[in-house]
Amino acid sequence: MTLADKDRIFTNLYGREDWRLPAAKKRGNWNGTGDFLNLGPEWIVEQIKASGLRGRGGAGFPTGLKWSFMPKEVGARPHYLVVNADESEPGTCKDRDMMRHDPHLLIEGCLIAAFAMRAHTAYIYLRGEYVFELARVQAAIDEAYEAGLIGKNACGSGWDFDLFVHHGAGAYICGEETALLESLEGKKGQPRLKPPFPANAGLYGCPTTVNNVESIAVTGTILRRGAGWFSSFGRPGNVGTKVYCISGHVNNPCNVEEAMSIPLKELIETHAGGVRGGWENLKAVIPGGSSVPCLPRDICDTVLMDFDALRDHKSGLGTAGVIVMDQSTDMVQAITRLAYFYKHESCGQCTPCREGTGWMWRVLTRMCEGRAEMSEIDLLLDVSTQIEGHTICALGDAAAWPVQGLIRHFRHEIEAKITNYRVGKAVHQVAAE
Amino acid sequence: MSELRKVNIDGVEYEMPGHLTLMQACETAGAEIPRFCYHERLSVAGNCRMCLVEWEGAPKPMASCAMSLNDLRPNRDGSPANIRTNSATVKKAREGVMEFLLINHPLDCPICDQGGECDLQDQALGYGRSETRFEEDKRAVEEKNMGPLVKTNMTRCIQCTRCVRFISEVAGVEELGLINRGEGAEITTYLQANLTSELSGNVIDLCPVGALTSRPYAYNARSWELRKTESIDVMDAVGSAIRVDARGAEVMRILPRLNEDINEEWISDKTRFVWDGLKRQRLDKPFIRENGRLRGASWNEALMVIAERLKGDPSRIGAIAGDLADIESVKALKDLMESLGVRSMDCRQDGAAIGGQAREGYLFNSGIAGIDEADAILLIGVNPRVDAPIINARIRKAWLENNAEIGLIGAAVELTYPYTNLGNQPADLNELTSKRNPFVRAMAKAKKPMIIIGMDALTRTDGAQILRAAGLLAAKWKLVREDWNGFNVLHNAAGRVGALDVGFLPRQDGLNTRQMLDAAKKNDLDTLFLLGADEIELSEIDDTFVIYQGSHGDAGAHRADVILPGVAYTEKSTTYANTEGRWQQTRAAVGPKGEAKEDWKILRALSDNLGRVLPYDDIAALRASITAPKTSKFDPAKLGKAGKITNTALAPNPNSFWFSNPIARASETMSRCASSQSAQLEAAE
Repeated sequence: MTLADKDRIFTNLYGREDWRLPAAKKRGNWNGTGDFLNLGPEWIVEQIKASGLRGRGGAGFPTGLKWSFMPKEVGARPHYLVVNADESEPGTCKDRDMMRHDPHLLIEGCLIAAFAMRAHTAYIYLRGEYVFELARVQAAIDEAYEAGLIGKNACGSGWDFDLFVHHGAGAYICGEETALLESLEGKKGQPRLKPPFPANAGLYGCPTTVNNVESIAVTGTILRRGAGWFSSFGRPGNVGTKVYCISGHVNNPCNVEEAMSIPLKELIETHAGGVRGGWENLKAVIPGGSSVPCLPRDICDTVLMDFDALRDHKSGLGTAGVIVMDQSTDMVQAITRLAYFYKHESCGQCTPCREGTGWMWRVLTRMCEGRAEMSEIDLLLDVSTQIEGHTICALGDAAAWPVQGLIRHFRHEIEAKITNYRVGKAVHQVAAE
Repeated sequence: MSELRKVNIDGVEYEMPGHLTLMQACETAGAEIPRFCYHERLSVAGNCRMCLVEWEGAPKPMASCAMSLNDLRPNRDGSPANIRTNSATVKKAREGVMEFLLINHPLDCPICDQGGECDLQDQALGYGRSETRFEEDKRAVEEKNMGPLVKTNMTRCIQCTRCVRFISEVAGVEELGLINRGEGAEITTYLQANLTSELSGNVIDLCPVGALTSRPYAYNARSWELRKTESIDVMDAVGSAIRVDARGAEVMRILPRLNEDINEEWISDKTRFVWDGLKRQRLDKPFIRENGRLRGASWNEALMVIAERLKGDPSRIGAIAGDLADIESVKALKDLMESLGVRSMDCRQDGAAIGGQAREGYLFNSGIAGIDEADAILLIGVNPRVDAPIINARIRKAWLENNAEIGLIGAAVELTYPYTNLGNQPADLNELTSKRNPFVRAMAKAKKPMIIIGMDALTRTDGAQILRAAGLLAAKWKLVREDWNGFNVLHNAAGRVGALDVGFLPRQDGLNTRQMLDAAKKNDLDTLFLLGADEIELSEIDDTFVIYQGSHGDAGAHRADVILPGVAYTEKSTTYANTEGRWQQTRAAVGPKGEAKEDWKILRALSDNLGRVLPYDDIAALRASITAPKTSKFDPAKLGKAGKITNTALAPNPNSFWFSNPIARASETMSRCASSQSAQLEAAE
């Protein structure tokens, strides 16, 4: 059962229609926004809580609950909403298409979320490489100002709301919420210690909530169609619709909005035209962007695409960036490339990540060629657990998990490479299963 | 103080103030927490991850330096949160971090100057694995230039950023930073310029590894072969607590000691690096000038010659005590001069208009630690960055923590905190009455206001009038109260307050320094006794017989007719009073050079030759003869002298920070600092 077109939130995800305000309004964007604001911030937060929306940026924290952490009264310090549009997770490109083709959903969501958290100002922190999207979002913001939807007395609600786009400089770590705040403040993008959490002391030390683009962009439609509608999709605790990004060895790589908890196999076969060479040719899937552990085919046969099901298989939904790899893939090489990415993107602030990511990458690089000892596989696993959970931010975990997934499910490939190298066989050849 | 919180640390329940960090709580409970990046006096970075502890129930271990007891939630059953510092999780976390720190750390401990006093060595022993599992190539990082004082070996750096935080937070200059990211992260100054802070040497102590070491001390000694002597610094009037490390007869290095009331745990670069000046230009035997040339002489010969001269008309004899003279020798000189009937003596070789009035009139009355409480500070004719970098750091702290308003009357100088320049004419003091001036309003409503008046103002010919104007302001703003005395004089000479305390000042009809020098120029003075006085103009004195007693061949010795070799501050156990009036004792770390003798002993011997034996045979008896300085009811409005303040702008002290006394002038390191500083300034222009 695929999601019906009428139940899609991002109705222009593929850009087949115009992105501008008149067309967006025809699609229902900005419909009744002012009325929602008149119902008050508590009502909005309750609706989002009731909808069961979980953060779409990767961690899956309940969005309504996060909003409710903001102080109920504005004290001496103003409140801020910051939208994390620093979409840099390899395998993920959903926010990009939303901002390109449905920018008004995001802007409307910004107003609703900011109002719900009593913020007069919101910032969209945009990934450095998203130059075209910067122009598009800025143009849409200008339209919204022009139409009185945001700015002074936004949507006639009496609430003043300003929205700014800030262009990052292309560092992966600036997608981490506190590093993002540092960067937004003009400092070097390095994660902050928590506590204090941003809801207490965030941007410029003021109460701040950082949300992913998708979490914010869906709020308008949730209010329009009701929390019950949204929570009717998916399994309990994992509800709503979700934009999946399917890439890799599939016939039709795509972004697609689907219900949560759709089986992975169905997702790939229905929307991505199936695995290249048929399902039997599948080797592994990274289900949630580069930082979650990969899953071998036997798990992919049955696993559901949601937070809890994937967690039960020691992986995660992450950003729902589904990376499909067929039998031609050298898994060790693939994960080595990811290890290189994390080594390159580590901010260098704290010890385990700064030193550990390079160590893992170097060991993996040798393993790709088979130049390693068998005992080093366990060493590698041990190093990854020495990084995991010991760092300031989650980048250490993100660097450790793909390596742990590799060893958990594809240890035999590493062993085969080491054995082949010892006996003088070509090492790039993957041992037959 | 915050509320008490219950917490269970390693199975024992404690009740502690909630604001304590887990690290502080664990240490209070007696558990040792290893750390690299954490430092009490710097902001929390939490980046080394060495101090991880386990909070039972939390998914991951916590950085104990960054979490307070208030951040903990009790367990589900309501019992206090359980913190573990000795569990398997903690052990593994520490081992892991230790291993990560060591994989790219070079194994050059045998040639590393930090060896023996290295946090990384110590903690690797305590918390690390016994062998390495790292088979890859180690990282190497290029050396960075940081100037003539701080030597870098950046391959050893563990990126704890203590140095970065010190330089930007305490020293107050944004000169160090962490550039690049990940494995490529490096500490550097901007484009490898020199550090310009006068406190830069402290990064050497802060560095937990051998990445930042002392350049002048490089490869000179191993820390465990040094004899450590606790002493007091005399490079400025702060009286910083120091430790003098010596090997044999040589001072090898100088390090700070903790004294919360004075220098906390910092010292200035001059204090730290002046030690090579103790080895050069030393006076190691008595000299007598014959036919225009100095020749070596025996003690007896030199003392005989002097005794002959001092038997002359006492009204034509004068004595000046220099900036480094200790209380004992000044007292001995005073007693000797008085026994001869000499009336002209002065300890203020710069002519400062202080002394002879209430003792509080020349002291830093609030105390150095008192700056921490000040919320409005008026600086008059002083550049604390040059005169006392330690005090400058305290003022910065008051600005940071109390939001203190700071105003300056004097030349616009670069300080490490923002200030309002209220004019550079001392007469501008009289203008500080207008309520429309926001700084005046801040002073008037401050809870602990403070005036710091310095030698740039007091050494002028109208210094007494400026002092009066400052005193009147102090009275007007009620700086002197039962519980607070915010009237402060900042000295730049270590021996000045002590000499004032024992009253080394002109007697009735006696001449002060300026008058003595004028008289000498006109040949109205037969004999001039200089006790380490080098910062005076001696070149135009022709016929006056000059006796110089001191440790270094500087200006005074250059002009002298007889030289008596004294000792430097590291070679004697004597007393100094710092600018607060705090009497502190130095301790001899090494013996005198050559035939040199302790200064008071020289004077005692001279008194013997004169037949006017001073009534003390040892230093204890000498000290017993010194009466404690009197304190009186202090009224700042009575300070100074009435009169007109001249119409010239306050000029900054022309003496360079690096060359303020004979020891510093003999130091090659200080010369290198001065020349690299001026080269950098020229390049900037």
